[in-house]
Amino acid sequence: MRRIGVFVCWCGTNIGATVDLETVMEKARQMPGVVFAGDNKYMCSEIGQTLIRDTIVQERLDRVVVASCSPRMHELTFRKTAAAAGLNPYLVEIANIREHCSWVHKDKAEATQKAISLVRTAVAKAARNKPLQADQFAVTHRALVIGAGIAGIQAALDIGETGFEVDLVERTPSIGGRMAQLDKTFPTLDCSACILTPKMVDVAVHPKINLYTYSEIEAVEGYVGNFEVTLRQKARSIDKEKCTGCGICYEKCPSKVDGEFEEGMSKRKAIYVPFPQAVPNVPVIDRENCRWFTKEKCGVCKKVCPADAVDFEQSDQLIKQKYGAIVVATGFDLVDLDEFGEFGYGKHPDIITSMEFERLVNASGPTGGKLLRPSNQEPPRNVVFIHCVGSRDKSRGKPYCSKICCMYTAKHAILLKEKYPKSQAYVFYIDVRTAGKEFEEFHRRAVEEYGAAYLRGIVGKVFPSGDKLLVNGVDTLSNQTVELEADLVVLATAITPRRDAAALGRMLGIGTDGHNYFVEAHPKLRPVESHTAGIFLAGTCQGPRDIPETVAQAGGAAAKAIALLSKETLLSDPCVSNVNESLCTGCLACLPVCPYKAISEKTITEKVHGQERRRLVAEINNALCQGCGACSTACRPGAMNLLGFTNEQLLAEVDAICL
Amino acid sequence: MKITTAQLNGELKAEIAQISGEHVADCYQCGKCSAACPVNEYMDILPHQVLRLLQLGMTEKVLESKTIWVCAACFTCAGRCPRDVDLAVVMEALRAVLLRKREGSRLKGEEMPALLRKGMPEQGIVSGFRKYTK
Repeated sequence: MRRIGVFVCWCGTNIGATVDLETVMEKARQMPGVVFAGDNKYMCSEIGQTLIRDTIVQERLDRVVVASCSPRMHELTFRKTAAAAGLNPYLVEIANIREHCSWVHKDKAEATQKAISLVRTAVAKAARNKPLQADQFAVTHRALVIGAGIAGIQAALDIGETGFEVDLVERTPSIGGRMAQLDKTFPTLDCSACILTPKMVDVAVHPKINLYTYSEIEAVEGYVGNFEVTLRQKARSIDKEKCTGCGICYEKCPSKVDGEFEEGMSKRKAIYVPFPQAVPNVPVIDRENCRWFTKEKCGVCKKVCPADAVDFEQSDQLIKQKYGAIVVATGFDLVDLDEFGEFGYGKHPDIITSMEFERLVNASGPTGGKLLRPSNQEPPRNVVFIHCVGSRDKSRGKPYCSKICCMYTAKHAILLKEKYPKSQAYVFYIDVRTAGKEFEEFHRRAVEEYGAAYLRGIVGKVFPSGDKLLVNGVDTLSNQTVELEADLVVLATAITPRRDAAALGRMLGIGTDGHNYFVEAHPKLRPVESHTAGIFLAGTCQGPRDIPETVAQAGGAAAKAIALLSKETLLSDPCVSNVNESLCTGCLACLPVCPYKAISEKTITEKVHGQERRRLVAEINNALCQGCGACSTACRPGAMNLLGFTNEQLLAEVDAICL
Repeated sequence: MKITTAQLNGELKAEIAQISGEHVADCYQCGKCSAACPVNEYMDILPHQVLRLLQLGMTEKVLESKTIWVCAACFTCAGRCPRDVDLAVVMEALRAVLLRKREGSRLKGEEMPALLRKGMPEQGIVSGFRKYTK
């Protein structure tokens, strides 16, 4: 007979107020195999854990059931407690009487009955739990960082500094990301490029950082400590070793297309370097727009290149590499403004996004830093800024606050006044949110020193009138409708994750929320980890945030990655599938259902009636198996069992809950 | 209402700023002045709205209001303002702007000795002189 101990947690009033725990304990004592039932106000506390440890010893318990919160919360805690008392940690079972019971029910009598059922279920399973041993496996001491904006750059530098090899992968031809596009940074008005480019150079020369620009993730396999990633290094059509970065090729190139880095506000060539401080300073040929690749004519770049670096024959390279840890830092895009016809974006060149404004005031931008109206290249006098375009808009945009717009708009109002002292900024806002160090002070400076007129309300319509733009809004503070004549209208456009974030998430096996932001393992306590062990998150791919927060989070993600890479071995989860070879018929129905490619076939030799016979059976690779249980469902003879969740255990639970 | 740069930076706005020495742009419209005002129920526009209209350069609207005359100059608003805007002084400046517009002065310098002899308080003469003279 088993000697099972049941430990009931009150969780303060979380459980205690809704469930009659005395009755639960009384009933538990009558359940088969239960020799002890006790309670504590907080079982996870030191006192509660001591009760479990001492009782295991005194009552010679061989199984433990803790009726408390979700196993996601404290299963590990109680497993460790049991292990400290000499019990195999997998002999502990959790009955979730909080999330599954007290939190969702109001009627105490019914909730108590349900809690008893849940405890009976856990007791039935615990009685059939077997001790499991975790395997050790080696860790690959190399990290992958996906995305080389400020988040990826910081994470790569922090990991590289500890001596581990880091591969930094960037989709575009240069590292730098969004921060490289910005002009100044709030609230200090540091030049964005001036503080970013030294870090970009650090990355380029770092002995431990391997840069893969113009490259994408093709496939991800494996698991924590041993990810196997395939990178596609797209053909640059330039020999990096030979190129001197002289720039003659893009001076002479005859094909012009809208430049992505300049947000389409100026043209780039088909062979191009995205911006002057690009790292690496090696051009790339955009094959979709190159005359050589589209019409098999031209080839001017190849003719003029003094280093003979242009190579039309280059092809994409697939690179396979193993990594112990991955940091995802893919950044953000802007929301699509097609839905917001009232602001007239795309209908008039003087209606622009804030990102375009950044380029317009930037010294390396399309106007060389002179802020000029795109329509007629004249200085603007009245500039209307509109907050929350697509943010805080649950009908057509995003319900969340993009967090950075209040501050960068204040910055834009200041920059405008600095450039043109006679200009006037009008800022339409709903709320001004300035939670950050020196943020409120900065915003007030825009109002008080730089005279930006803040109008509380959102613009209803922007439309061209002559060579001006008419803006119809309201100031809800004075209850006045407002009509303004503007030279330039700047839309503080909501930020979103990268358009293909969800696809990358699926490849990595990490979750995304309803807006495709990557989901952290715990919103408060594990903010830089994904739900998948060994994959960490940094920057705006996880949610809207500003540069200092991004840098701090990247440092946090790097620290987590470093802690993982520093280990020689990791313990595997022993809850993996197991083949009972005597029952396996070798049908291999399990093979195609396994999402982790953990199942293979093997031939075994056995003696039947004195004769040697060979037959096919399934085999599990414990390191690859993630314990999803798909194979055990597919297995007709019932040979496949998920350890810790065997068919016997699950059916015992079903029996117990139906009784 | 049409907002123009000229309106935002109107002369009247500058005059009020000059008389009061207060910076209306500092106000962030929390409404504490209106909440604290002991005579707010008699006003047609509330104290914080006075500041808002001034911020937008709609000074005429304020000058037409009853509020500036209802104001008891008790300084409660000024005492409670988190932005250090002395609205009571701004109210006084608004009244001064109107009073200064009126023709002539009711007090003349030469009348003063006689007034003093009649027992009019000196403070009254000073304030009357200020209010009625431009």
